[in-house]
Amino acid sequence: MGLESHLGDNILTTTVNTMVNWARKSALWPMPFGLACCAIEMMAAVAPRFDLARFGAEVFRFSPRQSDLMIVAGTLTYKMASVARKIYDQMPEPKWVIAMGACAISGGVFNTYSVVQGLDQVIPVDVYLPGCPPRPEALIHAIMEIQKKIEKESVRHG
Amino acid sequence: MDNESLATLIKNRFPDAFVDFSIFLNELTLVVKRESISEIAGFLKENEDLEFNFLSDLCGVDRVESNGVFEVVYHLYSLSKNHRVRLKVYIPSNEPRVSTVTHVWKTANWHEREAYDMFGIQFDGHPDLRKILMPDEFKGHPLRKDYPIDGRQPATLREIYRKDEA
Amino acid sequence: MTAAIQTTTHIMTINMGPQHPSTHGVLRLLLELDGETITKAIPHVGFLHRGVEKLAEYKTYHQCIPLTDRLDYVAPFSNNLAYVLAVEKLMGIELPERAQHIRVLICELTRISSHLLWLATHALDIGAMTVFFYCFRERETIYDIFEMVSGARMNLSYIRVGGVSRDLPGGFMEKTRRFVMEFPSRLDEYETLLTENPIWKKRTVGVGIISAEDAIDYGLSGPSLRGSGVNWDIRKAEPYSGYDKYHFSVPLGKNGDVYDRYSVRMEEMRQSNSIVHQALNILPKGDIIARIPNITLPPKEDVETNMESMIQHFKIIIEGIKPPKGEVYFSIEAPKGELGFYIVSDGSSRPYRLKIRPPSFVNLEALPKMVEGRLLPDVVATIGSLDIVLGEIDR
Repeated sequence: MGLESHLGDNILTTTVNTMVNWARKSALWPMPFGLACCAIEMMAAVAPRFDLARFGAEVFRFSPRQSDLMIVAGTLTYKMASVARKIYDQMPEPKWVIAMGACAISGGVFNTYSVVQGLDQVIPVDVYLPGCPPRPEALIHAIMEIQKKIEKESVRHG
Repeated sequence: MDNESLATLIKNRFPDAFVDFSIFLNELTLVVKRESISEIAGFLKENEDLEFNFLSDLCGVDRVESNGVFEVVYHLYSLSKNHRVRLKVYIPSNEPRVSTVTHVWKTANWHEREAYDMFGIQFDGHPDLRKILMPDEFKGHPLRKDYPIDGRQPATLREIYRKDEA
Repeated sequence: MTAAIQTTTHIMTINMGPQHPSTHGVLRLLLELDGETITKAIPHVGFLHRGVEKLAEYKTYHQCIPLTDRLDYVAPFSNNLAYVLAVEKLMGIELPERAQHIRVLICELTRISSHLLWLATHALDIGAMTVFFYCFRERETIYDIFEMVSGARMNLSYIRVGGVSRDLPGGFMEKTRRFVMEFPSRLDEYETLLTENPIWKKRTVGVGIISAEDAIDYGLSGPSLRGSGVNWDIRKAEPYSGYDKYHFSVPLGKNGDVYDRYSVRMEEMRQSNSIVHQALNILPKGDIIARIPNITLPPKEDVETNMESMIQHFKIIIEGIKPPKGEVYFSIEAPKGELGFYIVSDGSSRPYRLKIRPPSFVNLEALPKMVEGRLLPDVVATIGSLDIVLGEIDR
């Protein structure tokens, strides 16, 4: 580019959007909201074989205040729903949500009196990850989909 | 002690409280009157030949449609004698209460709370009888046959929606 | 100024969970603290209550199998086994040799994988992160084996009434044998990290004590009971699935503290490994499912080639099997303790009532007894040592 040839070898130019988005997507701090079976596969995704660290998203933070990606892994019940909402509200903007597993998406096999039929009744969801439970590779794929989504966002609209 | 002699022993010891017994698949079921459950439970635990010191399970069964009763079923096991027995009481559905066995086996505490939560059975003398699995706001007893399986009560969710609208 | 400083103490109530890294899921604890000493602990459960027992009343006996997977999701195969054994007892089904041994084999692998997850998270809670990574390395190998066998990593649903769904695939024996040979040295590796580690011992020895009498009174079972020195293992006391053909010992603790429960589970993994080894050696040839018309599913090859079998298969799946009227209670030694299924049948193809006796539910009940009067960090160690899974506590 013309500008960079004037600035010398050590300076790159880019847009604010690209740079902020690049920073955001490369260091997602997930908040593991492990509810049921899927949480075990979520742990497996962090463990050596699948090693989520390769995608910059291994820093699981159990405090919502420090994290920007909520992974809801498992069955959400009515008793738990208000907790889920509270935790989502405590996370600082910008934030994203993965609904991991059939239960979080739609209640799964549990079409019963106590189960919320879909996490999106309680909090907005960015990526739906099907499976019962989804494999760790699938979780990694979901995180990559979140990264793609982040790339398209604009700083101005937060 | 085999099943028949155990049944006979209880029958002779508690002639007034004994209702019935059956042996199915080598499992002994004793049915006793609900007024004497705590006495019989204590006997089964303390008696030297029986020593049912381990309460495996305690649960309710809804038989309202066919018999107008709830059953409370106790599964007992003896660690020293290695035998099992199933104890049962019938309680009328219009007055579902029975005395607690928490003073005999401490583990009965949560089991009875669950039966209370799921079937609405009152356990008299229970130290802390409150709901255990369902939220406090939940109305009804989900494992009763007349409770619909998809009878969701999203009362707790409504608050969340209100927050959204604000 | 010489005014006397007045100090008052008051009890502080803190809330631990349901979203907390070391409550192993969605357990909520209300703790009343005097300083850092716990005066009262009140567990709240039910945050994962999914209504499995109600749902089962609407499913045929075969359809219930996948539901049982999701109870104790760390050891799905044990749940399948306990449930199916109850159904088989109700219907009086005898199993072929090979099916029995396959069940024992997978069941013990499940026990190892369940104990590995316990060790991983328990150590992580207390601060030993490396153990977590080591344990998951071995778990992945076991998951590979499960995947070969059933097609799923976690929720196998591999069992059918009367046997198992398909035969062991090619390459299974070699892979499992390699794992069995290697695993004891891996266990040694974990033990070098923990067993004599002074920090680990400080956090676990003398913590969360429960006496043998109390443990029985509270209905504890499994390693949590044996940690207190009570010798009760259902595999020995009431052998099922041919466990009496295997040689293994039942490790016992002495003091009933967190460290003893740790030692018991470590030794149990070695014993399970030896059972898997024995099963590999004596695995006979033969059928993998009993052949009883209209009750057990016909083998897959027959369904694809034989009209009769296909009709039978279709009928069993659509109409379901109909056990006689009656009730049955069957319990097995699951990785966490006595897992019992109480089935009330009214003669139809769906259970009239299915009651699950989950070991974790009962074990958790004793938690206040173990932690009251102790310090706050001991709660974390004690919960870890009980090895609870909320899926089966709340059902």
